[in-house]
Amino acid sequence: MFDRIREKLNILADAAKCDVSCSSSGGTRKNDNKGLGNSHTSGICHTYTEDGRCVSLLKILLTNHCIYDCAFCVSRKSNDVKRAAFTVDEVVELTMNFYRRNYIEGLFLSSGIFKNADFTMERLLLIVKKLRLEQRYNGYIHLKTIPGASDELIKEAGLYADRMSINLEMPTEAGLKLLAPEKSHADVIKPLAFVQQNIVQFGEDKKLIKHVPKFVPAGQSTQMVVGATAESDKDIMYTANAFYKNYSLKRVYYSGYIPISNDNRMPILGTQPPLLRENRLYQTDWLMRFYGFQVQEILNDENPNLEVDIDPKLSWAIRNMQHFPIDINKADYQMILRVPGIGIMSAKKIVQARKFGKLRIDQLKKIGIAYNRAKHFITCADSPYQLKDYQGTQIKAFILAESQSKYLKTAQDQLLLF
Amino acid sequence: MTYIFDGSLAGLLSSVFEWFERKPGQVILKSTAIFQPEAFAESLEITTDTSKADRIWLGLQKKLRKDWLRKFYCSYLSELPEAYNHLFQFTCYIFMQLQGAEENYGNAHVMALSKYAKSVEREKHRMEAFIRFQETADGIFYASIDPDFNVLPLISNHFKNRYADQQWIIYDVKRKYGLHYNLNTVEEITINFSKDTQQQKLSPALSDEKEQLYALLWKDYFKSANIVARKNTRLHVQHVPKRYWKYLTEKQLS
Repeated sequence: MFDRIREKLNILADAAKCDVSCSSSGGTRKNDNKGLGNSHTSGICHTYTEDGRCVSLLKILLTNHCIYDCAFCVSRKSNDVKRAAFTVDEVVELTMNFYRRNYIEGLFLSSGIFKNADFTMERLLLIVKKLRLEQRYNGYIHLKTIPGASDELIKEAGLYADRMSINLEMPTEAGLKLLAPEKSHADVIKPLAFVQQNIVQFGEDKKLIKHVPKFVPAGQSTQMVVGATAESDKDIMYTANAFYKNYSLKRVYYSGYIPISNDNRMPILGTQPPLLRENRLYQTDWLMRFYGFQVQEILNDENPNLEVDIDPKLSWAIRNMQHFPIDINKADYQMILRVPGIGIMSAKKIVQARKFGKLRIDQLKKIGIAYNRAKHFITCADSPYQLKDYQGTQIKAFILAESQSKYLKTAQDQLLLF
Repeated sequence: MTYIFDGSLAGLLSSVFEWFERKPGQVILKSTAIFQPEAFAESLEITTDTSKADRIWLGLQKKLRKDWLRKFYCSYLSELPEAYNHLFQFTCYIFMQLQGAEENYGNAHVMALSKYAKSVEREKHRMEAFIRFQETADGIFYASIDPDFNVLPLISNHFKNRYADQQWIIYDVKRKYGLHYNLNTVEEITINFSKDTQQQKLSPALSDEKEQLYALLWKDYFKSANIVARKNTRLHVQHVPKRYWKYLTEKQLS
């Protein structure tokens, strides 16, 4: 009995781990029925795996049986792996008992498609209903929307889940057609748009009627695999940007492709996953969402790919030296945000603190900005007078000389000569 | 001039009251625990007076918004000797300035408080994440901790709201007190451990029969969720510093 559940958990957790979505934020469920669980607005990461990714949800597949044969997926039909499936009660028991011990923040439930989309979606719905209604569970639930499932099922699931997501898988339609000929972006867009309409609809009703049930309160997200096919960073980020705009997604995740087969359409086995590229994409994502950058400013036809040795914010600043240096004591908040080495918290503190007097270097350092990086782009009350006007490339050289990137020490995709 | 107080919050607030009454000029505040008499500096022992402390606290409530009152309290819970002095100077500064002076991040005490508060809140958040309950044979969920700062008062509500349908105990081994939730209210408790009881891990005799199974399943899950090709120990340790490993079920060998 023990061994069987252990084996199932191993297989089905292993198959789910390439789904990178981990956030447990945005939940608004309160424990008002004296049940189990209460959302934490910002989410909690309960532990981190040895690869440094957070574990906040029990992330499992209901089953890894699948009728599709997508080249980038471990659970594809043609792959010879052990198959397993949880029963509804097993998932409920695991979730409740892990949650009770404060191991997890909630459940992330996905599934391979068995029989058809509706059949799979019904099983997922059964689990979330049981958790919410029978077990009085108020923790976080992230549910995969199964493309092709009927609208009624998706709508009902939305009443119990906190977040729903569907993966785009490949950043471009062409890439998807190459690796998963049975799928298309349109299949993803339809349910994504349907859930989005309902979120808006429920929100509108909420303004008029007091007791409207929650509908996917933490919004929707999606995921793209990076580095399996030959898209440029520009393709990836433009797609992400379009999805943020059109479907008000909460998050787009970028997952560096880890070779799983000797399929000649993709990088061969043993290739390093593109971790640095993934990191740069996330940095760009943050600049778009929190720093007021337009994606066109960071990536365009002249710069279709992000620079590897420096982050995208610094890269933008160096290409646009005409805006700098700015005076910290006068510039707008939006402009201060664009200075490399100044983050959101520091920018806010600067704007508040300068009401009380001109800020000096020592105060800026105490506020917490990365002064050695920012000094090339700002002036403040006691900035040393500078005769020389450095070029962007020179500044880049200065910064690279004194910074130690955690990445450069590990070899890039360098060929071995001997 | 050095003011010496007993280390309590009321004592700290009383010393602010004393300062405004006497106006002795520049003062440093120290707690009795760390005070060493100095040859050429005068010192004054402050008697804790709750009515004086209440007046100061009321005054602070008028001057500061809720988020800053919380920062003030968090800094106090850090229990760091320097933090007490910063709190004292901050309070005097706030009372002498117009409304809104807490936003002056150029001021050393304002900045210090915001830093202490950040550390304490981080520790609080870590406890919310890293506490691992073990179910005892009589159905109480037990966890022991030894946080860097005294965060039990801050996490009590979080756990009370979240685990409303189970009894739990969180015990601070370092400060020798804990919280017990009895399905209605949270109470402060102290436990007299006998010398040879393990405080960190429940012995199998005391724990629920299912406890072993779920601990094992959790460890399995932790291993399965890892992607070996992406191994990054530096990042791992940065997120889960080694001093917390002793709490974590998934980090135990057996």
